[in-house]
Amino acid sequence: MVVSILHRATGVALSFAGLAILTWWLFALSSGPDVYATFTKAAASPLGRVVLIGITWSFFQHLLSGIRHLVMDTGAAFELGVNKTFAILTIVGSLLLTAALWFYILGGAK
Amino acid sequence: MSRGDSATPLGRVRGLGSAHHGGEHWLTERVTSIALLFLGSWLIASLLLLPKLDQRTLIEWLHAPSGAIPMALLIVVGFRHALDGLKVVIDDYVHEPGNNFVLNLLMLFLAVGGGAIALFALARIAFGSVA
Repeated sequence: MVVSILHRATGVALSFAGLAILTWWLFALSSGPDVYATFTKAAASPLGRVVLIGITWSFFQHLLSGIRHLVMDTGAAFELGVNKTFAILTIVGSLLLTAALWFYILGGAK
Repeated sequence: MSRGDSATPLGRVRGLGSAHHGGEHWLTERVTSIALLFLGSWLIASLLLLPKLDQRTLIEWLHAPSGAIPMALLIVVGFRHALDGLKVVIDDYVHEPGNNFVLNLLMLFLAVGGGAIALFALARIAFGSVA
């Protein structure tokens, strides 16, 4: 139930914020150093970081719960125990992937 | 693009489902989702594997066909999947026909317009000179 709602919410977030940021990023990238500097400045600001981390988490959550929905489309994994475990795993997985990615980006790796 | 007849046997007999062509929409949403599984993973892996994330490196990455082609696919498939997904949400919550039509039309314009801007920016990088 919660994961199903999350699938929708993250899908809507990716549709608007995710695609808007992707488009803004590409357009800034193609528009010269000054315009791109505006983008990187916004992306590196505290609010920009929160939004980017939120979008990253939305992507992983939507991806994992999307796989869950594809499996359920085949008629599998409707048993209560299996279904609940799968649902919880999508949340654990999305949080771990987001943490790992941003630890790599912000941490010592670069 | 044909992926076979997506209608159920009863739907085929009656000639329509509730949305008249719901099966196609349902399938397209899932086909694009599988494509985005690969394209989204490609984007994150590419950004992680690039030596630096400054403008010059990123432009060189998208100037090469190996960067430009998957990015073009990501834009087209991504906006399409978003449009299909938002239609499901709108159709679930907005039942008044006029509002439903206007909202779906607005999303169509946003998706096509946004996709065009993103593709234009990508084309400018892919076909431009490397700064």
